[in-house]
Amino acid sequence: MSNKKGRFGIHGGQYIPETLMNAVIELEEAYDKFKVDPDFKRELSQLFNEYAGRPSLLYYAEKMTKDLGGAKIYLKREDLNHTGAHKIYNVLGQALLAKKMGKTRLIAETGAGQHGVATATAAALMGMECVVFMGEEDTKRQALNVYRMRLLGAEVIPVKTGTATLKDAVSEAMREWTRRISDTHYCLGSVMGPHPFPTIVRDFQAVISQEIKDQMLEKEGRLPDAVLACVGGGSNAIGSFYHFIEDKEVRLIGCEAAGRGVDTYETAATIATGCEGIFHGMKSYFCQDEFGQIAPVYSISAGLDYPGIGPEHAWLHDTGRAEYVAITDEEAVQAFEYLAKTEGIIPAIESAHAVAHARKLAPQLSSDKIMVVTISGRGDKDCAAIARYRGEEGIHE
Amino acid sequence: MSRIKDAFKNGKAFIPFITCGDPDLNTTKACVKEMVKAGADLIELGIPFSDPTAEGPVIQAANMRALSAGVTTDKVFELVKELRAEIDIPMVFMTYANVVFSYGTERFLARCREVGIDGLILPDLPYEEKDEFMAYTKEAGVDLISLVAPTSEGRIAMIASEAEGFLYIVSSLGVTGTRSEITTDVGAIVDIVRKNTDIPCAVGFGISTPEQAKKMAGFSDGAIVGSAIVRIIEEYGVDSPAKVGEYVKQMKDALRTI
Repeated sequence: MSNKKGRFGIHGGQYIPETLMNAVIELEEAYDKFKVDPDFKRELSQLFNEYAGRPSLLYYAEKMTKDLGGAKIYLKREDLNHTGAHKIYNVLGQALLAKKMGKTRLIAETGAGQHGVATATAAALMGMECVVFMGEEDTKRQALNVYRMRLLGAEVIPVKTGTATLKDAVSEAMREWTRRISDTHYCLGSVMGPHPFPTIVRDFQAVISQEIKDQMLEKEGRLPDAVLACVGGGSNAIGSFYHFIEDKEVRLIGCEAAGRGVDTYETAATIATGCEGIFHGMKSYFCQDEFGQIAPVYSISAGLDYPGIGPEHAWLHDTGRAEYVAITDEEAVQAFEYLAKTEGIIPAIESAHAVAHARKLAPQLSSDKIMVVTISGRGDKDCAAIARYRGEEGIHE
Repeated sequence: MSRIKDAFKNGKAFIPFITCGDPDLNTTKACVKEMVKAGADLIELGIPFSDPTAEGPVIQAANMRALSAGVTTDKVFELVKELRAEIDIPMVFMTYANVVFSYGTERFLARCREVGIDGLILPDLPYEEKDEFMAYTKEAGVDLISLVAPTSEGRIAMIASEAEGFLYIVSSLGVTGTRSEITTDVGAIVDIVRKNTDIPCAVGFGISTPEQAKKMAGFSDGAIVGSAIVRIIEEYGVDSPAKVGEYVKQMKDALRTI
């Protein structure tokens, strides 16, 4: 294999049109330069801490712990961040980098709308133009986020091709980037795509695991026994795992969206049902048929409704360092309702996949064990859709 | 070296693209035969992919029509086998890395060799990733065709010096599709290409009219046209072969005047 750049085991790489190669090379060079630049680091940490709300709380979920009767459960409260999810940190990092590179325009894909809202927010803050591609199906599921993006000054383009969901939004954003490169940065929303995106996005999200570590040492004087996070592309999960990868005693558990079940076609659980492939610039696991046609995946969660997974997760799976489990729509919805009633926290339906697994795992562990569940975002955006799922009519977004 | 060099023996080459199985494989077969009769020098056969990220709306839609009609990679190989019994000009596949990789790169290329495919174009396989595939294309005697883009700049020499078959010069930024105007300085790209390789180069992306083909082939060794042909097939469906033939004749005739 010639290209060792951006590889995680056999995964990763740069499988993109020649038209984009100089753009990703330029991005990599700029990132390598600015990530060690004291001014850049200071500006970014100022944005993180004073604009977006870092550090986020590590909250001891006492009622949930008692109710489940097993491991002690902490929630990493990424739902409390500005714009309501972990996504803002990757975006602030990339937007600041793009600005340093002289770019004046950000484009992005979005599934649930959280990354789109975050990108629109950063663009507004930094005085940049912003265009967000969103599957037409998702613009309906997440109408409120479409309004938020427009309110923030972004143009939202509904994508009608393919399954009109997240994968098509990524394809369309890539097409747009090949059309207009010189003034435009593609602000990719997850740890996926061609190198250097999986590394850049991970680095900006890794603050989550750094904080978990620091806060856990402060509160408990030791590391947690398990860290759980939901996985679509995998940005909040890699952010939650990264600083624990070398701490082998910490179990890392990614929770994928099984949709209606991993034995059905209506699933988005890539590790459970996918196989090795090359798509959207990377080699990784993808849901696909025997001829390599990418599968039309499904999940109740627009943010996890993606047929692939970031290459570093694929590698963590291959090496056995992280475990990946699949959570159905029904389990996620129950967890969504459970966390609201038990702790007074409404999680994003994406994050509810991790909560669902915590409900299964905690009772199996003894009370001296500690688990951390990353609540990647807040669930306000999902209330109307969950109400519809439960058969309630007349709730508008 | 494959028979691709033969495509550049009849003056400037005209290279049409067609999506296999749009709207069905029989129509594709008839279209290819008409294109050969009309003077096409090399045929680019698209194997449909669910998510063709380098294509504009016209070819995206053709991919969807073909997949909906049940076309698979195996059926495309069968089509090529049948065509090869009747036509002599070079044929290359244009598809996406995952179509080849998921089939098993070695197995895919062994099939290419067996059915008489001369080259492979993968728009999502840049220079940096090509060796992984080239190990098998070389063994099968299939040329792995490289692309250079308007943004390639300092990369052109590197790409050209290792190019096989012919070099595909992407005329414009963005995805495939017809354009009213091509603003890239294609001549300047070709100058760098010529200094670094002896293989021919052809220009594609955005060409639809005889005037554009003539202009682009004037800078290079040939013109590649996809979306304009796919649009004819979209309009006329199973009745398109004769129309496609007429179009190809008109384009090749324009190139003969250079």
